[in-house]
Amino acid sequence: MEEFLHQVVSGLANGGVYASVALALVMIYRATHLVNFAQGEMALCSTYLASALIEAGVPYWLAFSATVGISFAAGMLIERVIIRPAARAPVLSVVIVFIGLMVALNSLASWVFGTTIRTFPSPFPARPPFGNHYIGSHELGVVGVTLGMMLLLYTFFRHTSLGLAMRAVAQNQASSRLVGIRVGRMLALGWGLAAAVGAVAGMMVAPVVFLDPSMMGGVLLYAFAAALLGGIDSPGGAVVGGFVVGVLENVVGAYLIGTELKLTVALALIVGVLVLRPAGLFGSVAATRV
Amino acid sequence: MNCKTWTWAAALALTLASAGCKRGSAGGGEQKAAAGNGPIKIGQTMPYSGPASAYGTIGKVEAAYFQKINKEGGVNGHTIDLLSVDDGYSPPKAVEQVRKLVEQDDVLFIFQPLGTPSNVAIQPYLNGKKVPQLFAATGATRWADPAHFPWTMGFNPSYQLEGRTYGEYIAKTQPNAKIAVLYQNDDFGKDLLKGLKDGLGAKAGAIVAEATYEVSDATVDSQIATLKASGADTFVNITTPKFGAQAIRKAYDIGWKPKEYLSNVAASVGSVLTPAGLDKSVGLVTVGYFKDPTDKQWDSDPAMKDFKAFMKEYYPEGNAAEANNVYGYIAGQTLIQVLKQCGDELTRDNVMKQAESLKDFAPPLLLPGIKMSTSPTDFNVFEQLQLVRFDGTTWVLFTT
Amino acid sequence: MVESAPGIHPTPTTRTGVPRWRTAAVVIAVVAACALPLAADDYRVFQVTLVVIDAVALLGLNLLTGYGGQISLGHGAFFGIGAYTTAILVHRFGFPYWATLPCAGAVCMVAGFLFGLPALRFDGLYLALATFALGVVLPQVFKFRGIESFTGGVEGISLDKPHAPLGLPLSPDQWLYLLSLGVAAAGFLVARNIVRGPTGRAIVAIRDSPIAAASVGIDTAMYKSVTFGISALYTGVAGGLSALAVQFVGPDSFSAFLSISLLVGIVVGGLASLSGAIYGAIFIQFVPNVAGDLSKAAPGAVYGLVLLLSIYALPFGVSGLVKRIASALPRRLKK
Repeated sequence: MEEFLHQVVSGLANGGVYASVALALVMIYRATHLVNFAQGEMALCSTYLASALIEAGVPYWLAFSATVGISFAAGMLIERVIIRPAARAPVLSVVIVFIGLMVALNSLASWVFGTTIRTFPSPFPARPPFGNHYIGSHELGVVGVTLGMMLLLYTFFRHTSLGLAMRAVAQNQASSRLVGIRVGRMLALGWGLAAAVGAVAGMMVAPVVFLDPSMMGGVLLYAFAAALLGGIDSPGGAVVGGFVVGVLENVVGAYLIGTELKLTVALALIVGVLVLRPAGLFGSVAATRV
Repeated sequence: MNCKTWTWAAALALTLASAGCKRGSAGGGEQKAAAGNGPIKIGQTMPYSGPASAYGTIGKVEAAYFQKINKEGGVNGHTIDLLSVDDGYSPPKAVEQVRKLVEQDDVLFIFQPLGTPSNVAIQPYLNGKKVPQLFAATGATRWADPAHFPWTMGFNPSYQLEGRTYGEYIAKTQPNAKIAVLYQNDDFGKDLLKGLKDGLGAKAGAIVAEATYEVSDATVDSQIATLKASGADTFVNITTPKFGAQAIRKAYDIGWKPKEYLSNVAASVGSVLTPAGLDKSVGLVTVGYFKDPTDKQWDSDPAMKDFKAFMKEYYPEGNAAEANNVYGYIAGQTLIQVLKQCGDELTRDNVMKQAESLKDFAPPLLLPGIKMSTSPTDFNVFEQLQLVRFDGTTWVLFTT
Repeated sequence: MVESAPGIHPTPTTRTGVPRWRTAAVVIAVVAACALPLAADDYRVFQVTLVVIDAVALLGLNLLTGYGGQISLGHGAFFGIGAYTTAILVHRFGFPYWATLPCAGAVCMVAGFLFGLPALRFDGLYLALATFALGVVLPQVFKFRGIESFTGGVEGISLDKPHAPLGLPLSPDQWLYLLSLGVAAAGFLVARNIVRGPTGRAIVAIRDSPIAAASVGIDTAMYKSVTFGISALYTGVAGGLSALAVQFVGPDSFSAFLSISLLVGIVVGGLASLSGAIYGAIFIQFVPNVAGDLSKAAPGAVYGLVLLLSIYALPFGVSGLVKRIASALPRRLKK
């Protein structure tokens, strides 16, 4: 029983990690209808930036806010400089642009910061709450921060006019332009927000897994799976998806098939769920007009 | 049809152009020699990109070391020309690059190709062409097989030797141990595990739980929880740095305090134990064969000081605190020794012959007592390993 | 010719006759390809063989993704299955090497078809995830202990390169090159027939307008699965050839990066374009080497940059550019 609790709890903790990156993926999707494969590496670079600031002596929360702000600006810049020129290309070409960005960012990060692992401080207290042995304060904090971000995003998209404008642009650029929405600005904003969410995700993940250039590689696959499982256009779905994937991964490895085929079975199950519900658990099924 | 023919013609013209009109020289087997007083051309494949790019620093430190040697006059008057190329840790790419180095760049031999998969892929080719595959940078056990692969020699102490060392020590000092093992799901992990089981011998049944992880996993927390639940009181931690640190920390945090054995590659004080938590690492046992640059006990050691000065001057962008760099430095020194032994006869045959004749070679960065020896029937460069225990600050050598 | 949306190439207008100089160009090209081994040394021949093999794989992927519009981020898996099939049949069961190629193709066709069945329910992103999962998972399956006696586990399987038959005076590299060239030529011809025939039109129709296609009676489910199968077949045969060329298969040879490289290949080469397979193959074979030569510190950054620039400069791939030049030139020549 104790082991089961450990597995579930650490699954939820990992799930928080996947969920926060999945949120960033959903963010970009809602703004642009594209999945940003470079999301993990962007988060990685943001985290390295924060790490550099902290090592230079900047206090944690100042470094945190600065990183989020700079990441936001960088996200907007990336949209302008890297994504915009490919706007007229077929969708698959844009996917390749993301892949190029992903490979380049990872390589640059290793070059500038080296490959030795670094610790990253956590803003949460070091002692586990109530002295328990199952979950640390940080892991609990990650879950909390993820839920908080999810609520923020949900409110933003549903209850603000800016959010509405962004959703409109993602659905139909031409019509949005006709009603006076500045499409370019909305796209850039979407990217900026996604980069900011990614930065927070990275800074939450790093204390748990240690900061090194490969930090985000494995996470991205599960985050992608989580986002799709929950429904790629639903922030709530992404979070639920993240937790489900995290727990599933652990339980499969510990009880079902052993760790040697854990990845295989976990992904097979996720794909299986998608076969039954192709739009994800909470995604909206789009009706196509003929 | 119209555009297609155009494009066919263009494409084939392109491939023809890239194929080149010049035939590279064939490079003829045993008689291949470095020309006159010219440079000694050495080939190497390293993962400068891809999942194992952290090990790329080994190639860089070796290049820097040869630069230093060249500045000091080279070896027997010859300079060393290291052609190190990226294989992205992909075996097909390694084969392609090695063929290029041998057939087009005319290298004398291949030095420290890194990674078991790449080395397995190029081993038949190099042996077929009679080109030395020298000091392969991997600990797999298959590199010490002169009967079948006379041109291949490894360098690292084999993973099985390491595992056996732990197994024998546990069998001797903890006859009633219950052992849990965490290992990386690749050749490194599996080989070490095999060595562990061999070392335990009759007591191999003491292993009550095994768990694997992939390099792409985010954490190993789940595996640690499983291993703890097995009730084991001994934990053999066969991991690479990042996962080693995670495992050490998680085990401590969930209240599991087994006797812990850590694989040598993850044993750096600065790169692994410090992030994991020095207090959480007390009592760890590992084996070593060279000095850890982050271990304070070697701070005033002259060889370590020389190494750090070298890093500062020749490879400043490298991390002097990284064990991989010390490893590469030692490998470079070993090669220089072999080349010195060759004298003026710089042929592939002789290079291999001299590599097989290392007698108690002990560059000062090795731990006291560790020496390198080879013979035509024994291609294991290292045969001893030193057991060390962590006391909270440093790795203390001990004997069984 | 109006382009109705980015990424869709209008069906080429049929012509009654092919200009004489174009036929000549094809003949020259074919002769040049066959004569390559005479002009270049074994290493270059080996490199070009790898390009040809990649081209066959890209042809398969392009059928599925370029023409069929179904994105696959996991074709490296089929490449790997084909390679392992060849390796296991040769190494463990002593099959002659040439017989393993159809087997590799058949195994992959079945695997692709079976994978395509549930994947029918997916579109776009979801299919991308499912195929990406396949590409990521297969290396783990390849090294699984349970089937180690067949697959060689983490250490893989080494093979010998086949010698030229009938005592022809060709080196193994040269023979394998000609074999791959033959397979590629056959593959291209078959693909051309598929693409120009009713199957091709159906596939493209399903890509561009699935509802319209269904309403004119095209069995979308069957066509999608069959396309998956055929695409996997091509890639599987390419995998088999690569096992013979590289003389080694191992789990690390077929990582997720291979799948991504294949996708990069068809996009850079040109979607929905058969000749794009060649350009793409040249790109994915040589650009990583060039990137590695240019920078040891950050080869990935160079590769990523080249990739980005290629997309900006050639949003429709190299074949898109060539098509533009080819259609503009006759006008210029007439002036």
